[in-house]
Amino acid sequence: MLIRLEHIEKTYGTPDRPVPVLHDVNFTMEEGAYCAIMGPSGSGKSTLMNLLGYLDTPTAGTYYFEDVDNSRASDAEMAKIRNEKIGFVFQSFHLLPQRKAWENVALPLLYGNVPKKERRARAEQALCEVGLEDRMDFFPTQLSGGQCQRVAIARAICMRPKLLLADEPTGALDSKSGQQIMDIFDKLHARGMSIIMITHELAVAERASRMLHIYDGCLSGGDAQ
Amino acid sequence: MLENFREAIDGIRSHKLRSALTMLGIIIGIASIIAISSTIMGTNEQIKDNLVGSGSNVVTVRLYQGDYPFESAWSTLPEYIPALTEETLKEVRAIPEVASAAYYAQRDAYGQIRSGSSALSAGTIYGVDQSYPAVYGYTIRAGRSLTESDCKNFRKVAMIDETVSAALFAGANPVGKTIDICGEPFVVIGEFTPASSFRPTVTTLDEYFTYNTSSGGKVLIPFSTWPVLFRYDEPLSLVIRARDTDSMTTAGRKAEEVLNDTIQQENPEIRYKSEDLLEQAKNLQELSSATNRQLILVAGISLIVGGIGVMNIMLVSVTERTPEIGLKKALGARRRRISAQFLIEAGVLTCLGGVIGVLVGIGLAYGISKVSGVPIFISWYIVILTVVFSFVIGMLFGAIPAYRAARLDPIDALRHE
Repeated sequence: MLIRLEHIEKTYGTPDRPVPVLHDVNFTMEEGAYCAIMGPSGSGKSTLMNLLGYLDTPTAGTYYFEDVDNSRASDAEMAKIRNEKIGFVFQSFHLLPQRKAWENVALPLLYGNVPKKERRARAEQALCEVGLEDRMDFFPTQLSGGQCQRVAIARAICMRPKLLLADEPTGALDSKSGQQIMDIFDKLHARGMSIIMITHELAVAERASRMLHIYDGCLSGGDAQ
Repeated sequence: MLENFREAIDGIRSHKLRSALTMLGIIIGIASIIAISSTIMGTNEQIKDNLVGSGSNVVTVRLYQGDYPFESAWSTLPEYIPALTEETLKEVRAIPEVASAAYYAQRDAYGQIRSGSSALSAGTIYGVDQSYPAVYGYTIRAGRSLTESDCKNFRKVAMIDETVSAALFAGANPVGKTIDICGEPFVVIGEFTPASSFRPTVTTLDEYFTYNTSSGGKVLIPFSTWPVLFRYDEPLSLVIRARDTDSMTTAGRKAEEVLNDTIQQENPEIRYKSEDLLEQAKNLQELSSATNRQLILVAGISLIVGGIGVMNIMLVSVTERTPEIGLKKALGARRRRISAQFLIEAGVLTCLGGVIGVLVGIGLAYGISKVSGVPIFISWYIVILTVVFSFVIGMLFGAIPAYRAARLDPIDALRHE
C-alpha cells in the first residue's frame, strides 16, 4: 500500500479554542492509483494535501507512507522525503522568476544533491515529457500560464517521485490549457505514476480513477475499493 | 555553495535600489574608518620621521635644570657637577646599545655669526671634536671635516651647514672663506648636510619651537677653541648613536645614568637627561591616536547602525519571499540551505558594501591629504580587517532573518500569496 491514513485528526488554533479541520480521516491508496479529492473551500482538502505531502503533521492518527510511519522524522528527514518521494504541483505554479525553465525544473535535483552535470540532462528529459523541449531556456515571464504549469509538472516529476500531489492544478488556467494539463496527468498515470489531485471541478475529477469527497473535515470513499 | 551564492546575488539584483540603500550604511561606516585610520597612520609615520629622522638613531644627553636645558649663557655651573672626562666617555661607549658617542658644547647665536655685511640671524655654535660629525652622520658636501690636528692645534676653523652657507655666502663655495664668530675670525673648512633630510611639517607653535633650534644654522668649531669665544668651564653635552632605532631609548637612558653618576650630590637640581625623540614621537602618536580612536568608535557605531539596516532589509526580504521559501521547502530544501541563502545574501551585501566602503575611504583619505597636507598611510591590514568586519556584521545581523526564514512553516509560506 502506498498510502494509509488511520484515524487522522487535525486541529488548528489554541488548546483552549481549538479549530477542528480534519476528523477521523481514513484513506488507503495503492501504488499507481489516480485519486481526485473534491470538496468546497474550507472543507479541509488543502490540510489533507499538506499532511499527505509531509508539509504538516497530524494532531492525532497515523500516516503510513509505503507502510512506514514517519511521524517522528526530523525536519531534515521530512525534507528528504518531500524531495525524493513526492512531487508537488500548485495552483499558482510557484516558479522562480529569475530562473530559466530548465533551472526551475532542476531545483529538486539540486536539493537532492544530484551532480551538476546530470541536472541539465534530467531537467531536459522532464521538460520533454511535458512537451516543452523548445522552451528550456525561457524565463517564466516569457511563458503562458499553461506552459508555466507544465514546467511545474516537469519539476514535480524530475526526481521520479512515488506520489504526485496536485492542488487545483487547472484552477488558474483557461479551459484549453487545463485540458493539456489533464492530458499530461493521464499520460503520467498511464505510465504508473500515483497521483492525488485536489479539485472542485467535476469534469477534472472525473478523469481520475477514484473520486473522493471531503465535507467539513470528513472524507468519504477513503477506503480502497 | 555556488548555488547559494547565485540565490543571494539573485536576491540582491532583483532589488537593486534597496540593496544599494542597505549597503550605504555599511559603506559610510567602512569609508570613515578607512579614511580616519589612514590619516592617523600617516600622521604617526610623519611624526616618527620628523622627530627621529629615518635611520640616524641619534640621542643627545644634555644638562637640564628642571624641565629646561641648562643655559650656560645665563648661569654658572654649580660645583657639584664636575667636567666630563674621557673616562666617562669611554664608559658610555662601552654600553652595548651605543654605537658611537661624542662630547660637545653648544651655544645659541643670534647675529653673532657673520661674513662681511651678511649675518646669520639665528643659529647654534657647537664646540666639538673630530668624532662628532661621524656620530651625527653628517655628509661633507664641500671641503673637509674636522681633523684631530685641527682640535689639538687650536685651529680657528669652522664647518658650516647649508643654512649658514646660504645665509652668509648665498650659494658661493664657502670653503676657504673667513667668517666672524663673536668677533673672532674662523676659516671655513667644509660644508655639511644632515644624514637624512629633516623637513618637519610645522602646524603648531610648540612644534615650531621644537624644530626651530634644529632648523636654524649650525656651525661646528673645535672644542679646543671654545674658550676663545666663551668660558673654560663650559658644560658638555653628549651625543650618541644607538645601534638601531628601537634601542634609542635604552641607549639614552643608560648614557644618562653614566653621566649622572659623575654628579656629586643627591637629588641635584641640575642633571643630565636624554632627549628621547623616539619617546616623544610615541607620545605624540599616542595623543593623535587617542583622539582618532574616538572617531573610529563613532564610525564603528555607524557600522552597527548599518548592520541593523541590513537586518531590517533582510527581514523584509524574508517576508517578501515567503512563497519562494515555502516552495523550496516543499521541493526538499533543508532549513540549513534556506538559512544559508539569507546569511550569504547578508554577507555578500555587507562585503560588497565593505569593498565599496574601502574604495570610498581611500578616496576620502586622499582628499583629506590634498586639503590638509597630512600624509596618509593605507594599511592593507586595516583594509582586510574592515572588510572581514563588515562581513561579520552581515553574518551577525543576517542571522535572525535567516533563522526566521528557515523556521517558516512551509504551508504558511505557500499559502502566503
